[in-house]
Amino acid sequence: MLFRIYRYDPDKDAKPYTKEYELELGSTDRMLLDALTRIKEMDDSLSLRRSCREGVCGSDAMNINGKNGLACITPLAELKSPVELRPLPGLPVIRDLIVDMSQFFKQYHSVKPYLVNEDPAPDTERLQSPKDREQLDGLYECILCACCSTSCPSFWWNPDKFVGPAGLLQAYRFLADTRDQSTSERLDNLEDPYRLFRCHSIMNCVDVCPKGLNPTKAIGKIKDMLVKRMV
Amino acid sequence: MVNRNITGAHYGLKDWLVQRVTAVVMAAYTVIFGVVYFVTCPQDYFAWSYIFQSQWMRIITLLFFLSLFWHAWIGVRDIYMDYIKCTALRLGLQVITILVLIVYAVWMIQILWSV
Repeated sequence: MLFRIYRYDPDKDAKPYTKEYELELGSTDRMLLDALTRIKEMDDSLSLRRSCREGVCGSDAMNINGKNGLACITPLAELKSPVELRPLPGLPVIRDLIVDMSQFFKQYHSVKPYLVNEDPAPDTERLQSPKDREQLDGLYECILCACCSTSCPSFWWNPDKFVGPAGLLQAYRFLADTRDQSTSERLDNLEDPYRLFRCHSIMNCVDVCPKGLNPTKAIGKIKDMLVKRMV
Repeated sequence: MVNRNITGAHYGLKDWLVQRVTAVVMAAYTVIFGVVYFVTCPQDYFAWSYIFQSQWMRIITLLFFLSLFWHAWIGVRDIYMDYIKCTALRLGLQVITILVLIVYAVWMIQILWSV
């Protein structure tokens, strides 16, 4: 199988280039990450992030044949040869397939992704009814791989101002939490032409999410909450 | 230079709502206009002007065009926000866009009430 991989080492290369690797797939090479690990054995100068290798840590997000995804859960059998691998779009490249995620995490932190509850902490957990807990399904599963935000043109144009689908999904995760007491402040924080309303519901985020989540739906629910608050 | 993120304008919801409401108005007008067109089948200028001589047709057409201009303003401003990074240039373009749309609106009223 032929792989065409984006290569760039800012210390050595004047500009990025594409390097080709021909790999004879073995019987144990099932996922793209398996192939990348083999390629790294052939050429140890290739840099990429990976950790859990089972779609939980979100480290090995990259652009695979034009679509963002996780290398560890992308079956090689489903890929068209040559496989074009590029770093996540829109973020500064540190080296090869490794990008600088600072901007992404800055936006994530800006939505205060933690429970705000001023009541004295109970002896055990703050309990929720099963029905209230259900509201968090489809939200808490996000692994922050950045596949969604880096496939969003609004995030490409305004990464410093638009929170992005991943951050907004997390914003709604806490807005939807019945234990959270900061709803009004959270909505104030998002009522902005850039932070929330740069989303034009083109749903690239939904298309690429490796966990099958729906940030566009969460963003729609934040807009619903803002409308309810206003009217 | 300190690179501060300037966000927190606390608007956006109204514009987002306006865009949806004006879209509904335009969609409704398109249906009404389609019905009127197929019922009357205007073949010449006099038939066309007859359609717009009724006051209600003028009013809903005015509503359609005002919705179109308001909708267009928000859409064009969004494009400026994405692509024009220089504040002075963006403000200048926004002012020009608003003025052009106001001229269109006045001109449209003049045309509608002159047929």
